[in-house]
Amino acid sequence: MPAIIEARQLTKRFGSLVAVDGIDFTVEAGECFGFLGPNGAGKTSTMRMIYCASPRSSGELRVLGLDPERAPRAIKRELGVVLQEDLLDEALDVEENLVLFGIYHGLGRRVARQRAREALAFFGLEDRARNHILKLSGGMRRRVAVARAMLAEPKILVLDEPTTGLDPQFRHDLWQRLLELRERGITLLLTTHYMEEAERLCDRLVIMDRGRIVATGAPEALVAETVPPAAVEVRAGAEERARIAAELATRFGPPEEYSDRLVYYTKDGDRILAALIEGGYTIRSELVRRTNLEDVFLRKTGRQLTP
Amino acid sequence: MSKTSRIAFNPDFTLSGVWRVWFRNATVYRRTFKVNILPNFFEPVFYLLSMGVGLGAYVSGVADSYLAWMAPGLLAASAMNGATFEVTYNVFVKTVFARTYDAMLCTPLGVGDIAVGEIAWAVTRAGIYGAAFLAVMAIFGLVHSPIALAAIPVSLLIGFLFAGIGLTFTALNRKIDLYSYYFTLFLTPLFLFSEIFFPLDRLPHALQVLAFFTPLYHAVRLCRFLLLGEDGAAALVSLGWMFVVSLGFFISSLLLMRRRLIQ
Repeated sequence: MPAIIEARQLTKRFGSLVAVDGIDFTVEAGECFGFLGPNGAGKTSTMRMIYCASPRSSGELRVLGLDPERAPRAIKRELGVVLQEDLLDEALDVEENLVLFGIYHGLGRRVARQRAREALAFFGLEDRARNHILKLSGGMRRRVAVARAMLAEPKILVLDEPTTGLDPQFRHDLWQRLLELRERGITLLLTTHYMEEAERLCDRLVIMDRGRIVATGAPEALVAETVPPAAVEVRAGAEERARIAAELATRFGPPEEYSDRLVYYTKDGDRILAALIEGGYTIRSELVRRTNLEDVFLRKTGRQLTP
Repeated sequence: MSKTSRIAFNPDFTLSGVWRVWFRNATVYRRTFKVNILPNFFEPVFYLLSMGVGLGAYVSGVADSYLAWMAPGLLAASAMNGATFEVTYNVFVKTVFARTYDAMLCTPLGVGDIAVGEIAWAVTRAGIYGAAFLAVMAIFGLVHSPIALAAIPVSLLIGFLFAGIGLTFTALNRKIDLYSYYFTLFLTPLFLFSEIFFPLDRLPHALQVLAFFTPLYHAVRLCRFLLLGEDGAAALVSLGWMFVVSLGFFISSLLLMRRRLIQ
């Protein structure tokens, strides 16, 4: 697979703040590539450099083989961008938003109108065409924003936190549509702080924290190589937690301790759980679950992804 | 600064990009065209009636009629206002609150396209204001020669001048409240002391000299020449003055808007 985006030691500084701290990554054509991390990790700053809205401070960046600082127009012709805040044009209705974006991308008016109708159909927005933007729900707005970004048939669709603030139904609906777009061969680039979103959509991802990349790989592979397959989570009072931690440490190895719970990574969760029940501890709740990207983030940074 | 080239973040613009930004504003304007266009006619009627016909009855000594003498200056002020509103409040809202430009910058449009597109739209508005004013003057019987039609392209030049000045201020302005200073401390004195209502020779010499360095004064001289045929040499000087100064502010507005929009 050819590289469609390449970054080497990519850095973005705002005064003394280092938002992106010398990161390396390669995105291949046709894949869905994710940036997972908490707020302030540098995901949006990285995206802004990719879609030519912000010059890099140092390092190298190539998008479609071109330098964003030298050929922004050529790059942006091939990009569709969905911003975190949608930023739909509130002076225009839904269809005009689409048509105007097509025109910004250099489409003729007739082609832009034709594409706008197709996009409205694909995103289930036909009966919203003449609606005022302010009358739309958050989920509808996001769909219009994605439809708008798709209008010029981009090679790369860039999505900054695509489902933040959406209710679960809209989130699943949007995921489905994004997966359909990937089936058509469009490269998807997205930032998210939802572990589930990253697992569902991304072929590969980087986990970012404080401007740096702490892990790179396919979601399942990252989980498999970083943590055992199961996690036992135990919630109990502080004293009881200390006693449980001590017993686990002597018998199996030390658990991860957090403000309200213990997490023990293992191949065999049921065995640990059985041992705890045998011990007769007062436990508020316990569960055995499959490990996920959240655990990878915990292991790599010592902090939780979603507080 | 790093070694990497900053070429692409220069405020370069393309005609097609400028047209697209202009077209967006025209699309919004067209939706409310009938509501928007009427004030352009009311305002000159009110000014000409009150100042020209009403006040003018008590004024003598400037020309055949005070109304005819004053009207060209008001036309210039009208073009100024048409351009100013677009590049002050409207651009500020689109920059800070609606973030229209952040969305535009995700498309092949660049900062230069946006800045020049907004100026082009402000120039268009100035032309609409100027043409409406000229139409009302014709109804009042104040247009006697086809040369007066040149007041429409001159309105565009006035629009270009004040669009550059206003956009330069907007690019530097971080608080929408500060526009009240722009309007009361800059535009209001211009309106009152640019020889629209009375010849400046009644004022202290220093103020007459100062007037030469202010933009509306030249716009008024040019319009008065086109409608009354007075003082062609002075009008030519004013035309040159406006070209040079508007070009300067055009450049400063582009550079400053780039700094404002790219971080």
